[in-house]
Parts: sequence; C-alpha cells; structure tokens
Amino acid sequence: MDKEELKKVIYEMVEKSMGKKKLKQSDILKKVSAEHGVDKSEVKAALKELLDSGQLIFTYFGGSYIEIPPKEQP
Amino acid sequence: MALKHETPLLDELEKGAFPSFVKEIKRAAETAENPDFAQDLLGQLELSYKEKVTHWKHGGIVGVRGYGAGVIGRYSDVPDRFPGVAHFHTIRVNMPAGFFYTTEALKTICDIWDKYGSGLTNMHGSTGDIILLGTKTENLEAAFAHLSSRGWDLGGSGSAVRTPSCCVGPARCEWACYDTLEATYQTTMRFQDELHRPMFPYKFKFKFAGCPVDCIASIARADMSVIGTWKGNIQINQDEVRNYASSGLDIQKEVVDLCPTECMTWDGNELKINDEDCNRCMHCLARMPKALKPGQERGATILLGSKAPIVTGALMSWVIVPFMKMEPPYEEFFELVERIWEFWDEHGKNRERIGELIERMGFPVFLREVGLEPHPAMVKEPRRDPFYFWTEEDIEK
Repeated sequence: MDKEELKKVIYEMVEKSMGKKKLKQSDILKKVSAEHGVDKSEVKAALKELLDSGQLIFTYFGGSYIEIPPKEQP
Repeated sequence: MALKHETPLLDELEKGAFPSFVKEIKRAAETAENPDFAQDLLGQLELSYKEKVTHWKHGGIVGVRGYGAGVIGRYSDVPDRFPGVAHFHTIRVNMPAGFFYTTEALKTICDIWDKYGSGLTNMHGSTGDIILLGTKTENLEAAFAHLSSRGWDLGGSGSAVRTPSCCVGPARCEWACYDTLEATYQTTMRFQDELHRPMFPYKFKFKFAGCPVDCIASIARADMSVIGTWKGNIQINQDEVRNYASSGLDIQKEVVDLCPTECMTWDGNELKINDEDCNRCMHCLARMPKALKPGQERGATILLGSKAPIVTGALMSWVIVPFMKMEPPYEEFFELVERIWEFWDEHGKNRERIGELIERMGFPVFLREVGLEPHPAMVKEPRRDPFYFWTEEDIEK
C-alpha cells in the first residue's frame, strides 16, 4: 500500500470514530497495521504527514488523542 | 496602570516573610506589555478563592502545527467577566540540561514572552521545563516561531516523553558518577519524535541523577530514574579522616553510628568500611567530603515506575538494572528504553503509567518480555529486599 492510500485509510478511520471513541496514536498504528498488513513504521510515517499538514491534529483530554481539526480552525 | 479588580483574599498571600506569586502577578498587571492577562488573572483567581472552585477549563488544543506537545490549552469558564484570560495557554519550553543559562538567553525568552504572552513565567515547575504562562490561541504559532528562531524548542506534555531533566552533575558536583548533562541532552535528541508527538498510553518521564543522593528526587518522580552509583570500594583518604577528627568531628557519633547498615568502624586512627554492606545512603560521603569519594568504577542504576498520585496512588521506582555504564553513545540504555516502550505499547491501557502496568501484570512478566535477567539487586523500593520468586522451572536441578 503506498503512502497516499495509507493516509486515506488513517484519515477515514479517525473520521469514522469521531464522536464515538477518541483514538490514540497507538490505536491507529495497531489497527491499520493489523487490518492492512503494513508495518507500524510505515503507518507512523503516513500519520506524521497528516499531522504536519494539519489534516489531523493532536488534542488533549486527560490524555493525548488524534482528531480532525474543528472547522472553525484555520 | 491601576489594578482592575479588588483582591482582598489574594492580598493576604502577600503578607509574611516569603516571596509571593500575587505580588509578581500584580507587578505584571501594572507594568507588562500585555497587562490584560495579569489584570484579569487576578480577578479570576480572587473569584476562585472566594468560591473555592477553579474557573479554568483544561485541554483541547495542545500544540503548534505538527507538534502534539509543548502547549497546554487553558480557558476561562467565565470569559465574559475576565476577557483577558479567556485563553490562557501555557507554553512549555525545553530547558537546558542542569538549568544553566546565559543572561542573554534568559533575556531573549523574557522579551519573547513579553511580546506574545502575559510576561509571567514559572522557571522550572515540577516538570523542570521553562513554563511560559498565559497566551492566546492566535499567538501560539508566532511565539513558537520566534522561540524556534532563537534556538529554543518546545518541551513535552500529554501522553509523550516529558522533557528529560537532571541534576547539575559533573558541572558542579564531585559525586557525579556519570555525565548527567550529556545523558540528558543525548536522550532529548534521540527521542525528539516521542517528545513532540504523544504516542504512548500516558506520560513518560526521565530524570538523571548523578549519585545516590538523588537531588532531583528521580526515584519518586520519574518513570525512568537513572541514578549514579559505583562498583567496588568507597575511596578513603585516612589522613583527611584524621583531619576531620582533629578538627572536632565526632566520627563515631556523627558518622559511624549513623550508618544505616552498620558497615563502618573507627578506632580513633583508621576508618574501615565493609563495602559489601554499603547501601549507598551517602551519609558518610556527605559528612566527610574531603575524606571519602565514590568508588572508581562508576555508572548508574536504572529504575522504573515511579509516579505521583494522579490516576492511582503514588509509586516509587523499582530497580531494573543494578549497574549500567552510562557513556556515549548510550546505545545499551536507548535499546532498553525502546524495549520497555514496546511492552508498554502492547499491554498498556489508556492513561496507565509504566509502573502501574508492571504492578498489574507482575514484575516477572515484565522482566521476561523486556528480556532482563532477574537479579537479587532488583530491589522494589530503596534499600529493601528483592522481590523476585523463581518458579520450579527456573531452577536448575
């Protein structure tokens, strides 16, 4: 799976879980790696790009989570 | 500028002999470049003291772009009454190892914070970082860019590696058994990703103490405590011991009788130490620094698992490696850390510290999975007995 596809898979996973369960980075790495047979380091690299580009952000609610930024944020 | 709010309860905290944070906030309210922060901080704080309830909401945004750590989001729940602190985010800046600064470096930080924030700082809070208190969301990126352009970086927060910290080590202390400053710096550089991008079940703290005195209290405050120690005998200069005696120190009463393991004798002329029984309490070295020095083969004891009582109760660190050489490039140390994180990542629950995980799963399971051989020196708490129980299969017959 190439990086762009992987980014799409991660983004959709975060989007689907919004409002249901907050995902930690380790949740995403474990799940994507298990479901798509990709090494965790590749998932981590794709996730890093999503975070660097601002498509996903870290949030903090007692612990750190990864979420889609709220619409009002630039 | 006159103060906007009456603060009779806070005023009480200015009385007495000790420095007062209220006095400093008032000074910022009167003289800071952005005085609204401190003005309304006083008002909101007075309200909290009156109502005995906090008016801060915590969380939400946590960083500048790409970073998941280093900014602690804080909002007022009464922003209409105190608009100056509607946002009052904290920026954590990675401090230099051992807290050594030039005056110029401190001035740079203060100038940046006067421009983008409240002007209030907390130099080295319990995390050790430089804490810049109070700014607005729209100022975060600019403040970070300015700090970054002057060579500063953000520290850790949230479920990440927290900014590693250490004692002053060999820079100022003759007892340092390894270079705590270098170990802190190299650990910070090695784990940049883990510091800035929260990837763990919960926080993870490193603290590097140069000797068993443990001036930074790493044994109680760090998930991983690296405490300097030595192998072999304490170095004794008998002439200096006699000098202490002749200058009035009662060696029997003030040194020998206070040794917790009773491993010393003094016949009025010569001090003898049974080093096998020494538990590194450091009392004798501290009492006679010219006469006694740590042994020549030096390194560190690695301990794991201490924490303050946040989610569950407080824990003390547990010895996992009785002796490790702590020298660059620290590969043995870094590989151990990574194996521990893999174990934590695999089994840790959300908001479960490594020490709590070990308590839940058992130390033998931890040792097996991380690949550490059990050893009688793996004491659970300082100067206590080992805990490990071998199974029938472990024992060679």
